[in-house]
Amino acid sequence: MKKFTSYPYIIWSVIFIIFPLLLVLLYGITIPSKTSFFGFKLSIENFQRFCEPIYLRVLWKSVWLAILSTLICLIIGYPFSMILAKSSLKRRNKFVLLIVIPMWMNFLLRTYSWMTILGKNGIINNFLRIIGLPALDLLYNDGAVILGMVYNFLPFMILPIYTVLTKMNRNILEVAEDLGANRFVIFSKIVFPLSLPGVISGITMVFMPAVSTFVISKLLGGGQYWLIGNLVEEQFLRINDWHFGSAIALILMIVILFAMAIMNKYEDKEDRGVGLW
Amino acid sequence: MNNNIIRLENLQKIYGDVQVLKNINLNIRKNEFLTLLGPSGCGKTTTLRIIGGFEKATIGNIYFNGKKINDLPPYKRQINTVFQKYALFPHMNVFENIAFGLKIKKLPNKDIKKKVSEILDLVGLEGYENRKVDSLSGGQQQRIAIARALVNKPKVLLLDEPLGALDLKLRKEMQLELKNIQREVGITFVYVTHDQEEALTMSDTIIVMDNGEIQQKGSPVDIYNEPSNRFVAKFIGESNIIDGIMIEDYVVEFAGKKFKSVDKGFKNNEDVDIVIRPEDIKLVSEEEGMLVGNVDSVIFKGVHYEMIIKEENREWLVHNTLKKEIGSKVGIIIYPEDIHVMKKERN
Repeated sequence: MKKFTSYPYIIWSVIFIIFPLLLVLLYGITIPSKTSFFGFKLSIENFQRFCEPIYLRVLWKSVWLAILSTLICLIIGYPFSMILAKSSLKRRNKFVLLIVIPMWMNFLLRTYSWMTILGKNGIINNFLRIIGLPALDLLYNDGAVILGMVYNFLPFMILPIYTVLTKMNRNILEVAEDLGANRFVIFSKIVFPLSLPGVISGITMVFMPAVSTFVISKLLGGGQYWLIGNLVEEQFLRINDWHFGSAIALILMIVILFAMAIMNKYEDKEDRGVGLW
Repeated sequence: MNNNIIRLENLQKIYGDVQVLKNINLNIRKNEFLTLLGPSGCGKTTTLRIIGGFEKATIGNIYFNGKKINDLPPYKRQINTVFQKYALFPHMNVFENIAFGLKIKKLPNKDIKKKVSEILDLVGLEGYENRKVDSLSGGQQQRIAIARALVNKPKVLLLDEPLGALDLKLRKEMQLELKNIQREVGITFVYVTHDQEEALTMSDTIIVMDNGEIQQKGSPVDIYNEPSNRFVAKFIGESNIIDGIMIEDYVVEFAGKKFKSVDKGFKNNEDVDIVIRPEDIKLVSEEEGMLVGNVDSVIFKGVHYEMIIKEENREWLVHNTLKKEIGSKVGIIIYPEDIHVMKKERN
């Protein structure tokens, strides 16, 4: 009986996860060939092509911007979660709702709205003009893209950290205080180490979408702005080179897996999981 | 010679419009094992937290060795606390847990090592330094928590229902062990519990609390034998509580009969509460009894039988090692020293 109940899930994952993944893999390791019976042949040409400096630079930039955004989310999100966890239940629920409400709105819409804020004739520049200051180029640069990522992914950092912090046993903090720890020691030796599972989930949940985004970079970075997500999109939708596109997607997956592995190593040490993985 | 280490003076605590503590006055002697006993919500934990410095009294003062410490933070008091849930640091091993306070005091590593291993000896867990906290049983975790507090050499150790999460057998073992530890280190223990048996087993002094007030302070024997009011009598052990009239000194009337008593100092014909412990009621033949009744129920309790004797006026709870048959007629004898007379409470 128990055996059969898992079948729908297995079938589901085979059809919608494993099979598409295999397709991506197949495309990635092949190139079109007129002589072959199937119309393509095995090759590592796609990966070799990716090793050209232009593509490597795009990969590096994507990873770097994702790391920066994740760090900024952490720096903003951690103190915010702490304040949230310490406030009264009523206020807490209000704030959590405020954090979650924007997520009910369409992702594109939210990102578009930043264009109208940062643009040449946007709210900020209009204001600067009124008070007689020169307009600024706020849109179409790294800063705007990072802002977009932080804005969109911040809730994914706050919520897991907040959850871990609210679950923390208050007695433990009182014991530490009783034993002579000041607030700095309590934070560095007790609160932060115990909140690591939440921090790791947060980092994972921000880094993954940030490193693979193409919408944010397209809207806030401009048409000539390339992140690895845009590269994949371009190969599939414009150039129609599914083979190279799949290879890039595979490389991106490897980057993410690699990042996860590093995170996992930290989490294993902790040995208790509120973590995502 | 002042032998007190802690003095609570007119302590009151008010949360919003709830008064949790109403005027607590209490002296705690050096090296005594004092227990705050009462049902949940009676204010015992709040009292403990005020002594520990985790909460401030709304009104009143707290003195430590004669010095007022109302505003002293917990870590500046020579007092450490063991909490109900073990509250060990889950990300540290046993050594790191116990050494936490010593490291903050910046003791040299060698001393820390020595002190940790000494204190582990004391709680019977020698050699456990490198164990992970979650690999320990509940009882072991609680010993580590006690060791972690004691290693700082406090003058007073506060314990907030530390055995509450343990099973009965382990709890009994730990009760004796705690008492031994207290004797060995020779410091004051202030213990909070709602378990009257636990309080009777370990304490030198018991403070029975209810409704934010101290109901009675005394040795376990005093509290058990001479409960000062209906609440204490009900809370500590089982008892028959009866309405009676103090006719005059040494004579009390209840159940429609006059009895000799050892109590005096009441007004003539004053209404009183009378407590008679079930094990103090002697069962004899019908003819010898002061009162006569029918055996209504018999329950075997291991050491004794618990019986309910239905008499003309009321039911009596009786403990006796000999079994009487249900429905049989028996006589009841109560000796004067087993009749505890208490002032009636106003309501």
